[in-house]
Amino acid sequence: MATFKVIGIAPSPYTQRVLVVLNEKGADYFLQEIDRMGNAQKKPEHLLLQPFGQIPVIQDGDFTLFESRAIVRYIADKYEGQGPSLYGKTLEERALVEQWLAVEVEEFDSPTGAAVFQLVFGPKYVGIPTDEAIVSSSLEKLAKVLDVYEAHLSKSKFLAGDFLSIADLVHLPLLFFLVTVGNRGEVVTSRKHVKAWYETMSSLPSWYKVLSLLSP
Amino acid sequence: MGGIKVIGIPMSTCTQRVLVVLIEKGAEYVVEPLDMMKGAHKQPEHLAIQPFGQIPVIEDGKFKLFESRAIVRYVAEKYEGQGPSLYGKTLHEKALVEQWLAVEIEEFNAPITAAVVQLVLGPKFKGIPADEAIVSASLEKLEKVLDVYEAQLAKNKFLAGNFLSIADLVHLPFLFLLVGVAKRGEVVTSRKHVHEWYETLSSLPSWKKVLALAA
Repeated sequence: MATFKVIGIAPSPYTQRVLVVLNEKGADYFLQEIDRMGNAQKKPEHLLLQPFGQIPVIQDGDFTLFESRAIVRYIADKYEGQGPSLYGKTLEERALVEQWLAVEVEEFDSPTGAAVFQLVFGPKYVGIPTDEAIVSSSLEKLAKVLDVYEAHLSKSKFLAGDFLSIADLVHLPLLFFLVTVGNRGEVVTSRKHVKAWYETMSSLPSWYKVLSLLSP
Repeated sequence: MGGIKVIGIPMSTCTQRVLVVLIEKGAEYVVEPLDMMKGAHKQPEHLAIQPFGQIPVIEDGKFKLFESRAIVRYVAEKYEGQGPSLYGKTLHEKALVEQWLAVEIEEFNAPITAAVVQLVLGPKFKGIPADEAIVSASLEKLEKVLDVYEAQLAKNKFLAGNFLSIADLVHLPFLFLLVGVAKRGEVVTSRKHVHEWYETLSSLPSWKKVLALAA
């Protein structure tokens, strides 16, 4: 019986970030879904675990941790001895993983998140129509970021080197929502190496396992 | 000889983030200034080592690394055996350091940067006066974040526990600009534990040394 609990929801990119890394590591866990539409994440019970009222949160035995980007590092560290090494094997490899994790949150997340919200989450969950002007300007910003990724990935199979790491995987959920769900992935598919990188990641069995949790 | 080379400028918050951690660790380093006013950060030579055209970048022998938040983790790990343990001693402690590092970049950074750009950086470097509406809105957002910090710091001396870590130190440069330079620190000083935490951090000898370098 798994003692590693993930509190979140299967369709959320931030929960998915954690699940794909758990799957890559072959770790045992269970997902406890929260009533997002009923605003369960803002209720006192949840706020005790996550004071910003967000998901996901994990509980590993009696250890509680929030922030998906902290959680994936914890999983990579805790399961260092099993599955692929998602955090690099040396001090320098690890530092490069951290460098690209920083780029993800500081350069990639904001424009991609804005575009995906307009294209998918706003219409689907909040009932607001897509604002195409925001989509355009977000994708323009993202294009400049992906130019850097393109140059880098033409020299390196994955972001931190020739090994898959959490730096790559943290990008996957929002890329999936942009390219496959939102159908606006030209910024990705028009860049040869970024496209190949996305296709490698989105073909991982550990990612299919995440998608299998979604209702059709 | 010389240890880690830091390409950046001691007046810049992101460079300061790296310097305070290097100094806490007692690590050898040298600063190689980059002439940002002349646009050196956008020249091909710099873009070759930092493709987003930003500072700081470090060179440790042949190894190059950019992004201040990646660099502070590298320094904390490389010098694990010397100076205070800034990354925790156990798996769980390290995870909590990471949790609060994530909170810094995802919740704290945007509102405080917006306020500081208006209050200090805009006026100082671009001659643009502060837009008080933006300052107010940013400080309002920051207050909600600092309410969470207040509750956390009421339980622990530092963010990740009872030990100073890189999670605390990454906050220092922008906090100093807001409180010490712009003199708009009521959001900090009105919260007892956040105030104490800030006083502790800004009194560190390592931080005083950074300010001396920046002068």
